Amino acid sequence: MAFAITVNGKKRSVKVDGDTPLLWVLRDELDLKGTKFGCGMSFCGACTVHLDGIPIRSCITPVSRVGNAPVTTIEGIGDSEVGRKVKAAWLALDVMQCGYCQSGQVMAATGLLKRIPQPTDRDIDDAMSGNLCRCATYTRIRAAIKQAAGLPTDDTREV
Amino acid sequence: MAGPDAVELSRRAFLTTGLAAGGGLLLTLNLTHAAQASDPIAVVPAAGAELNPFISIAPDGVVTIVAKNPEVGQGSKTMLPMLVAEELDADWSQVRAEQALLDPIYGPQFAGGSMDTPLNWEPMRRVGAAGRQMLILAAAQAWEVPAAECDASHAVVQHRASGRTLSYGALATRAAGLPAPDLQSVTLKDPKDYRIIGQFTGGVDSARVLEGQPLFGIDTELPGMCYATYEKGPVFGSRVVRANIAAVKAMPGVRDAFLIRGSGPEAVFQMGLVDGVAIVADSWWQTQKALEKLRVVWDRESSPGQSTAEFERRAAALARELPQAIIRRDGDIEGAFSHAHKVLEGAYSYPFLAHVDLEPQNCTAHYKRDGSVEIWAPTQNPAPGRTLVAATLGVDEGRVTVHMTRVGGGFGRRLSNDYMVEAAVISKRVGRPVKLLWNRRQDIQHDAYRPAGFHYFKAGLTAEGRLDAFRDHFVTFGQADQVASAAGLPGDHFPAGFVPSLEYGQSLIELRAPTGPLRNPGGNALAFAFESFIDEAAHAAGRDPLDFRLELYGPDRVIPSPPRSGRPQPPFDTSRARGVLGLVAEKSGWRHRGELPRGTGLGLAFYYSHYGYFVEVVKASVLPDGTPKVHKIWAAGDVGRQIINPAGAYNQAQGGIFDGLGAALHQRIVLEGGRVVQENFNTYGLLRMREAPPVEVHFRITDNPPTGLGEPPLPPVLPALCNALYAATGKRIRKLPVDPRELRSA
Repeated sequence: MAFAITVNGKKRSVKVDGDTPLLWVLRDELDLKGTKFGCGMSFCGACTVHLDGIPIRSCITPVSRVGNAPVTTIEGIGDSEVGRKVKAAWLALDVMQCGYCQSGQVMAATGLLKRIPQPTDRDIDDAMSGNLCRCATYTRIRAAIKQAAGLPTDDTREV
Repeated sequence: MAGPDAVELSRRAFLTTGLAAGGGLLLTLNLTHAAQASDPIAVVPAAGAELNPFISIAPDGVVTIVAKNPEVGQGSKTMLPMLVAEELDADWSQVRAEQALLDPIYGPQFAGGSMDTPLNWEPMRRVGAAGRQMLILAAAQAWEVPAAECDASHAVVQHRASGRTLSYGALATRAAGLPAPDLQSVTLKDPKDYRIIGQFTGGVDSARVLEGQPLFGIDTELPGMCYATYEKGPVFGSRVVRANIAAVKAMPGVRDAFLIRGSGPEAVFQMGLVDGVAIVADSWWQTQKALEKLRVVWDRESSPGQSTAEFERRAAALARELPQAIIRRDGDIEGAFSHAHKVLEGAYSYPFLAHVDLEPQNCTAHYKRDGSVEIWAPTQNPAPGRTLVAATLGVDEGRVTVHMTRVGGGFGRRLSNDYMVEAAVISKRVGRPVKLLWNRRQDIQHDAYRPAGFHYFKAGLTAEGRLDAFRDHFVTFGQADQVASAAGLPGDHFPAGFVPSLEYGQSLIELRAPTGPLRNPGGNALAFAFESFIDEAAHAAGRDPLDFRLELYGPDRVIPSPPRSGRPQPPFDTSRARGVLGLVAEKSGWRHRGELPRGTGLGLAFYYSHYGYFVEVVKASVLPDGTPKVHKIWAAGDVGRQIINPAGAYNQAQGGIFDGLGAALHQRIVLEGGRVVQENFNTYGLLRMREAPPVEVHFRITDNPPTGLGEPPLPPVLPALCNALYAATGKRIRKLPVDPRELRSA
């Protein structure tokens, strides 16, 4: 079946079965390899993209359910002011180790800051706990979110 | 004192590994020989003139530095070029790092054992210094002055007397024509002059990752490529009897489906090619839809006795008997126990673990018409992969090219290359390039697991509260009478050598599942058992666990380590252990822990591994439902005189600590009838953001050769957590993962 979807502001047409997850449409049909496969069941968040500005798990989202809602991926997130700041903070603080989860982390973090520009640590916990980082770069992810929000990055908490 | 013997270094004619003055490992590369090596696949596209196999300089001054080892997140693609660039006196903003092909010209190429730093700290700097010397000589020749009158800095050579300058870009072609100097003859910088080493340096590919560029193995795409899945039997070593191939072939997009015969019964333990069914389709999603239809009859649906519950019963029975083997015996253990003022016993156990690299195992292979094979693989250990592919396909190794892609997490899983040989075999069969990608269930159920283990400890204390006798009957796993991979207890493991009477005994349970190294093999399990029981002994002695340990290590001295895998090892320096213990005590407020509120405790543990000295203090309490709550973690580490890249160093330490914390709290692979029960992250948990407390990392700089950080920070956190939970609740955790039901207030 043919589906017309909008990805990073561009109209794209793909011919796939309707149950094909958006993840595989992005990666293997549209050659947008930045969105990653980790678990296929929404447990890890590596496949996070924005649908209508909201972070979703593309691995369990059939392409038939996308409709007219705009899709934003890591390849396009830098076009928004918040996305640009998040990416800049990620690089300035050298967040990544292997980097495999980091496009999903950046998408989740951008979604958080669009919703809550000055998040608390609790907000960060709530928004980011669905995104696994196998290298466990959580210290720097938290700091980078704060940096992107213009908040102090030193973690002096005792939780 | 687990050493980094996870990877057997392949020795090549032009490589020698030895012990440098000061105890560091020294690897010598002879670039003259290397340059003469005639390997048809030694083609790293050089951007500009090639000074040596690691350094090329373009006329515009861009310096391309080859990073020889796979990048798995340990930071080698940034750190190794930093070493070269420092001594080359390059301008880091002009440096481009490039991943090497697998090629003997670069010496051993692997990511494992935290060996990037100890093996390359000196040789890579010498490679850079040699390039600098060639550039200076090229300038001197151009000016017709003695080289001794010239200096280089910031990518420019200057003639001191005349003030004339030439840039590296302008000199590169002339320099490339000069003979390469003997690496042992070049002069290295005084560390006080470092401009790159020691600077917070971001990952060389990080920006590209955040642009979504296709850097990882899973991102590989070739013209005419199709996609594959490979389904193996849930019972390890089972063979295909039959499968509904015709029904699978009828599924949309499926190009082919077929049985593959494994290489033999040992392949399952060697992580080679085992029996399975391959499905090849136009898209990977179509392979997964077809996989749902696949029905395979395996020759074994169950493996008797191969269950976690059965292993636990077997271990308890073995513990009542004498050990099958004695690993080490010092002094008079029975006499010491009979004279002891106090004797304590503790039975500890930990589970099998999976690696769960976030990028599932995958490989893209192209078996070509001319019989050559090209491989794109996220592997930590490409050379044995090439050998495995060549042997399995019956082609010459020289006909197999391996591209090392960026790797979405290694943790030891990708020291094995099973996915590589599977992709190559499937490509040969279908005659096209193939991307094989495992799904998460396949990844968790076909791993080389961190072995489970059982320790039956007994300790004897003197009236003064000193540890006088120590025994461990270690019940571990093996195949026949061979200890399984990564399932051993080194005879020199602490506290051996620090207690007058000691016995390490070992008994084996037969295991029909593959095991292998996981980040800090040995230490990731042994630290929990040993450092928890040492804490028990300290409490039984009525001593501060910190003082108890300081006394155990005794006065400052250097204790020789036995060689591992034929390689000499640096000695264990008690002053370095005591140094980090003191540092963490100061930073964590250890001596004031009596002032903590009731129900909150500090726990401490130390572990020496992979040449790194690490101690961690965990502050924890327990929620009413028994869930452990970690408030904060302090770490102190000693990895020598130089933190090469602080950006990577702190990140590795924090990540390694969280890795261990996640294992202690959540992780357990269960075997039932020879099958792994877990399938995905809902039943095999990793630490999540809301469970990640603040971690303070402190490095103690000592005048010792720099060593690696991928592994040493991990082990202490597991026992430190359990020791903190004991301090908080009086309840001793002797089995991992932590079971909240055991911590619930009555």
